Amino acid sequence: MQFFFEVLIGGLLSGVMYSLVALGFVLIYKASGVFNFAQGTMVFFAALTFVGLTEHGLSFWMALPATLVVMVLLGLAIERAVLRPLVNQPQISLFMATIGLSFLLEGLAQIVWGTSVRGLDIGVADEPIGWIADRFGLNISKFDLVAALIAAVLVAALAFFFSRTRIGRALRAVADDHQAALAVGIPLQQIWGIVWAVAGAVALVAGLLWGARNGVQFALTFVALKALPVLMLGGLESVPGAIVGGLIIGASEKLAEVYLGPMVGGGIEGWFPYVLALVVLLFRPEGLFGEKIIRRV
Amino acid sequence: MQAQPAPASAHVALDVNNIEVIYDHVILVLKGVSLSVPQGGIVALLGANGAGKSTTLKAISNLLRAERGDVTKGTIEFAGRRIDRLTPNAVVRLGVCQVMEGRHCFAHLSVEENLLAGAFTRGRAKREIAETLERVYAYFPRLKVRRRSLAGYTSGGEQQMTAIGRALMAKPSMILLDEPSMGLAPQIVEEIFEIVRDLNARERVSFLLAEQNTTIALRYASYGYILENGRVVMDGAAAALAANEDVKEFYLGLSSGARKSFRDIKHYRRRKRWLA
Ligand SMILES: Nc1ncnc2c1ncn2[C@@H]1O[C@H](COP(=O)(O)OP(=O)(O)O)[C@@H](O)[C@H]1O
Ligand SMILES: [Mg+2]
Repeated sequence: MQFFFEVLIGGLLSGVMYSLVALGFVLIYKASGVFNFAQGTMVFFAALTFVGLTEHGLSFWMALPATLVVMVLLGLAIERAVLRPLVNQPQISLFMATIGLSFLLEGLAQIVWGTSVRGLDIGVADEPIGWIADRFGLNISKFDLVAALIAAVLVAALAFFFSRTRIGRALRAVADDHQAALAVGIPLQQIWGIVWAVAGAVALVAGLLWGARNGVQFALTFVALKALPVLMLGGLESVPGAIVGGLIIGASEKLAEVYLGPMVGGGIEGWFPYVLALVVLLFRPEGLFGEKIIRRV
Repeated sequence: MQAQPAPASAHVALDVNNIEVIYDHVILVLKGVSLSVPQGGIVALLGANGAGKSTTLKAISNLLRAERGDVTKGTIEFAGRRIDRLTPNAVVRLGVCQVMEGRHCFAHLSVEENLLAGAFTRGRAKREIAETLERVYAYFPRLKVRRRSLAGYTSGGEQQMTAIGRALMAKPSMILLDEPSMGLAPQIVEEIFEIVRDLNARERVSFLLAEQNTTIALRYASYGYILENGRVVMDGAAAALAANEDVKEFYLGLSSGARKSFRDIKHYRRRKRWLA
């Protein structure tokens, strides 16, 4: 039983990190209806920029705001240079544009910072927390816990931003009906700029946490693949969906790996989440938390 | 020759001068539309479905760009200022706000959030915005009751009220109201038009009212334009239009038989020459 809880908690904690990546997608999809294929690359780009800056002698606390500035500017630049000219084009064109963008960013990051694999240290070790091990006999990784806490704070801040602030409200308004938003004087482009900037910032946090865990390398772009089943499960436009979806995927993939894996020879962690997501999709095509399409009277 | 003089000597607030609108670079939809709205007036823009009413209103609010439409000729002035090259945001800031056809409420926002979103252009003036909100609730008590419901789940009448209230939140001096009666029960339509009249009298908001429902529009407006096929084919004081035989026949449905176009009628052609 103890082992079960250990796996479960470990899974939930890594699930929070999936949520974080999924949230980047949700933000942009919600506001502009674009599935941003480049989200994973933005995560990689952020981590690489951060590491690159620290290698050039910047301290952690200097590199962090510097990278944040870079990511915000990157988000704004993407909105301006790629999406704005494509406004009113079919969704698929926008999607294709973000595919192109992802390869561009990948190349750009590697030209500037090189292609070698690097470690990223955020000063938290991946080791069991002593007192929990003593008290409950559970091995819970300190890194996982801290990472989950950071992600949780960010998610809470975003949820507050969406529901309580003027800009957040405008953003949801744009997501609902951008013609009506224009008609009441909400400047679409400014809102989209903000969304991309926020998505850049989210990518930074995800990049630091995932980079610290897996090393900063090209494979980091694949964390986006981890976010896909989360999105299928939670719905593309739901912040709570991204959170709960992440938790479900994180926990179930670890449990499946441990308990079902041995029966089929292991290695199911990679695809089990997709099976789960597909099953959910069959019964609820809009995802567990996807916004119901409200029919107007 | 001159068309009938613009309504009673009042100051002109909105002046649309001979505009032409093209969609997708090839589809000519407005072929030289001119109209004006006096300060504090209620002016009706009438015409059958597809005549170009919504296009005219969108041209004024500069919402055409988002639909691949473009004003290729003519000018639009508000309070003596050219507005045809401004962004939609700037047009709202100058005091012209549009309530689009089909209401377009933000379905997943609550009624109150819809209203607050309408105050976006007013920035962070929290106090004043809260004041305006109370005023809007005073005009639409039903919205106050429903303030926490998602707009998407409210009735058609409530959505129309939400949409008008949302426009009011920007503190406009003019509202462009597109087909407010569409799909609503007659007594709700009546209720909404009464509120429009009230807002006009007490808040000094001018209205340009696009309607297919000619009867009710002419009851509340003081002046009207009739649009057909992208052209203004007739204009005049509301009472005169309502009394006009052709209008009665084709728009008020007072005679039997299918609706025909004005153009089919000879004596109308004569009249048109006289108007031009
Ligand atoms: N986005 C668009 N692209 C092409 N044609 C359009 C577009 N919007 C409207 N139209 C055409 O312009 C004409 C006028 O439409 P509209 O202004 O909506 O008329 P109304 O509001 O009077 O019913 C119609 O023939 C319509 O088909
Ligand atoms: Mg219309």
